[in-house]
Amino acid sequence: MTPPNTMNRRRFLGTSAMALGATSLGLAQSAQAQSNLTVGFIYVGPKDDFGYNQAHAEGAAAVKAMSGVTVLEEENVPESQDVQNTMESMINFDGASLLFPTSFGYFNPHILEVAPKYPDVRFEHCGGLWTEGNPTNAGSYFGYIGMGQYLNGVTAGHATKSKKIGFVAAKPIPQVLNNINSFLLGARSVDPTITCQVIFTGEWSLAVKEAEATNALTDQGCDVITCHVDGPKVVCETAAARDAFVCGYHADQSPLAGDKYLTGAEWNWASIYTDMVSKTMAGAPIDNFVRGGLADNFIKMSPLGPAVSDAARAQFEATKAEIIAGGFAAIKGPLKDNKGNVIAAEGQSFVETDVAIESMGYLVEGVIGSTS
Amino acid sequence: MSITFPQKATGSPVAAQLVARIALRAEAVLIPVGALLAGFVAFSLFLLFLGKSPVEFFALVWKGGFSSAFSWQNTLSRVAPLVLAALCVALPARLGLVVIGGEGAIVLGGLAAAVTGTLVVGLPSAMGMVLMAVAAMCLGGLWIGAIGALRIKRGVNETIASLLMAYIAIALLNHFVEGPFRDPASLNKPSTAPIETALQVGDMPFVAAHWGVLAGIVACLLCWVLIERTTIGFAARIAGDNVRAAQIQGLPVSKLVIGFTALGGACAGLGGYFEVAAVHGSANASLIAGYGYTGILVAFLARHNPLVIIPVAVLLAGFEASGGLIQRRMDLPDATVLVFEGMVFIIILLSEALYGRLRIFNPGLRGAS
Amino acid sequence: MEPVEIGLWGVPLAILGGAIRVSTPFIFVSLGECLTERSGRINLGLEGTLVFGAISGYAVAYETGNPFLGVLAAALAGACFGLLHGWICKFKGVNDIAVGIAMMLFGMGLAFFFGKPYIQPQAPDLPAIPFGWWSDTPQVQAALQVNILFILGAILAVAMAWMFKSTRVGLTVRVVGDSTDAARAMGINPNSVRLLSTAAGGALAGIGGAYLSLYYPGSWTEGVSSGQGLMAIALVIFARWNPINCFWAALLFGGTGALGPALQSVGISEGYYLFFAAPYVLTLILLIMTSSPDRAMQGAPLELSLTK
Repeated sequence: MTPPNTMNRRRFLGTSAMALGATSLGLAQSAQAQSNLTVGFIYVGPKDDFGYNQAHAEGAAAVKAMSGVTVLEEENVPESQDVQNTMESMINFDGASLLFPTSFGYFNPHILEVAPKYPDVRFEHCGGLWTEGNPTNAGSYFGYIGMGQYLNGVTAGHATKSKKIGFVAAKPIPQVLNNINSFLLGARSVDPTITCQVIFTGEWSLAVKEAEATNALTDQGCDVITCHVDGPKVVCETAAARDAFVCGYHADQSPLAGDKYLTGAEWNWASIYTDMVSKTMAGAPIDNFVRGGLADNFIKMSPLGPAVSDAARAQFEATKAEIIAGGFAAIKGPLKDNKGNVIAAEGQSFVETDVAIESMGYLVEGVIGSTS
Repeated sequence: MSITFPQKATGSPVAAQLVARIALRAEAVLIPVGALLAGFVAFSLFLLFLGKSPVEFFALVWKGGFSSAFSWQNTLSRVAPLVLAALCVALPARLGLVVIGGEGAIVLGGLAAAVTGTLVVGLPSAMGMVLMAVAAMCLGGLWIGAIGALRIKRGVNETIASLLMAYIAIALLNHFVEGPFRDPASLNKPSTAPIETALQVGDMPFVAAHWGVLAGIVACLLCWVLIERTTIGFAARIAGDNVRAAQIQGLPVSKLVIGFTALGGACAGLGGYFEVAAVHGSANASLIAGYGYTGILVAFLARHNPLVIIPVAVLLAGFEASGGLIQRRMDLPDATVLVFEGMVFIIILLSEALYGRLRIFNPGLRGAS
Repeated sequence: MEPVEIGLWGVPLAILGGAIRVSTPFIFVSLGECLTERSGRINLGLEGTLVFGAISGYAVAYETGNPFLGVLAAALAGACFGLLHGWICKFKGVNDIAVGIAMMLFGMGLAFFFGKPYIQPQAPDLPAIPFGWWSDTPQVQAALQVNILFILGAILAVAMAWMFKSTRVGLTVRVVGDSTDAARAMGINPNSVRLLSTAAGGALAGIGGAYLSLYYPGSWTEGVSSGQGLMAIALVIFARWNPINCFWAALLFGGTGALGPALQSVGISEGYYLFFAAPYVLTLILLIMTSSPDRAMQGAPLELSLTK
């Protein structure tokens, strides 16, 4: 994947994105305004999973509330021939002209296969894979959720007594590795002796293994747990039952962990989706490659739980303000990975918008775990 | 699995035999069709109970699966892996073996195809495609053939062995795709390196479905010929009915078992090849789509007859193709299609009790129910 | 209770804890299937029964606030599935394996269909008995949190073995499983015995499902079972239709399943997919080692379509 041009994420929500060079890569094809728009959302799992799909469904619900918009939804669509059929079915049978296939694996080859067949339909994919040369009626968007995990880490760093925190992860891919690293680095901003134990379950959704992983982490003394799996329900409940603190992911899991819930890194798709839909209705172009973080309302944090101390709260708010101000870097030198290789030399830093972060293949020093 | 119809001719032999033959043919068609309709009625009652309209439901099934060129495209594009996975069950079943681990051969076949695809760069594309397909079929054949060998040489139960080996195959796929064979450029979706465009399998003319559908149908025809029209198939049918009798007659039961399981595995492996070459373009976790398990159902519904596998797979694919429409238009959950399929198939299977029992199809039968 | 540094001891502890936590659904489903198969019929649909048991148990526990009522409901639901399977299969010409697969689809379909509204709510969990009270180590205490259903499963395994060996009911089931004709000659109605055996097997599988949703992992999600029901059926063959062996096989399977996460937690993390495959590989190796062409299906009920 050639990294796409980075661009000023702020401009996305502004209306005059045209000025930027990067946006000339491909403008939305539709020129005229539409009074009635049919929008399709496709989810890879159940849409109330307390996780990835629920976060998108909450965004879809916000679109549903807009006038002149018909929303179609389909759950449990596998990343196979099925999703191609679902997209075409939404277009052919229900006249959808804006699609949000939300799962990462929908893009290549499925959207790339279908999009050229329907030049009048806009395909917006979550995961940020669009590169120059891909169909111009497709686009991708994603949020800098690693910053949310960094803030999770700040609360975790204050809450941990054992100085060991745990991470239940699905697969060692850059997005997940970035979350793990950010979580630990956030905690290390509180206390540099903290370590983070990671367990990979190998699947995006595998209830029993997620529970076993959580138990194994608490057995090893980890007293704050977070995760990156599709539905964090099992991890949150199991960790809370084992008396460990919980940091959420994807959506708000505070009902699942009660007092044990510190905070959580959540997607805020409602603001993004309503914006994209209103742009499409107004006939305005949407950038093919869209990114944003806390400042742009792509992500948000769950309200802090009762177990978060005043000191933690203060550092959390200060760090959050720093991130919103822009230019914040979680990965900054001197920093080594957990095999001893230098990732960032003294004075070198990778800000959240840096594309190098999106091909991250390492776990930073202090993470106990392996990427393969 | 073979069905024997009572053939008791009465009265004028020629006329009666003709009537009996027509009646038997009619039975073979009308009972499944009747059962299908009965299944529709049962599901309609379920929908009425929930306050939903059965008319709307079946209109949507028709619309989504069968009404237009697009619907057929949607249906047919699902057929190839189902048919090939079903053959992996049906072929060993003719020898009395219940193999339920075709999923393993599909994913490993896909992996073999993708890895071969990266090795044949530079060869003419036709040769490369053939090599990929052969690699997939060999690995699939070895995987399921090993189960047959374990059965015949060591007495290991093939049902449990195939299930265990399916899970092991999936673990191997994941391991190789995320480890040794991972394409460093496949960042957030660990995959093998994408195969070249020249090696990809395209769509057939006139129907927007890939060539795997045709390959699946041809495979079914060939398997049918093998079973019904060759001495090997005849020997297999004898061994399937009675192993001891087959051994007494000097039939090579071991070779038959290993050969049929390997052939079944090769079919499933070919299914994996088409998933990679025609759909995904590389091997990754999306290959684990459960076709191997759906194939079991298709094979049993078709009573392990390769020719019947085709319409059964089309029917099932059509139901699944309409799932999205039903979800969107009727505000029913995605599992609706699963309930529908379960209900219809249970009733179709139940209807098998009727063969040879209904007087109308079996004029010679007395006191039939 | 401060956490204690246990290091590598975490691995055996996780295997022990995993065996206790993860094995219970395997115990119940395999005992249920053992009973059904001993009567000469195979019910491959227990995965569907398990999942439907999970949702019905969860829903009833949530609506009534009582997890034990949930278990009861799951058992009843499972029995209904078993009765349906048993009734359909009594007709001549109907293939029990095929019906099982269709029932699996049907059970999972119904579970997901009616389960949608219960993904979000939280039902009360089944209580556990703290057998680790003697230890000061919280990890040991956690591993020895034994759910009552696990104990019930252990007792059931012994009881079922005794039933097959020394009771009239057990003898009846065995006779029916070994020869339909002999059973008829003894004045037993094989269909009724099989119907009841399948219903009882279904009820046990339903309880296994309730364990999943009400104790471990303890919530209703559509991925709550990842093939446990299917695997448990395989374990019956592995255990050679012996209830006690079913229990040990389930423990082995649950324990080795915990190996993958536990090894990663102590820092052994390369090739974890291969560790995750450990239960399957180990079972396969044991299966191959204990099989032999001469006694291919020792202990198999003679009327079983799977082994005929």
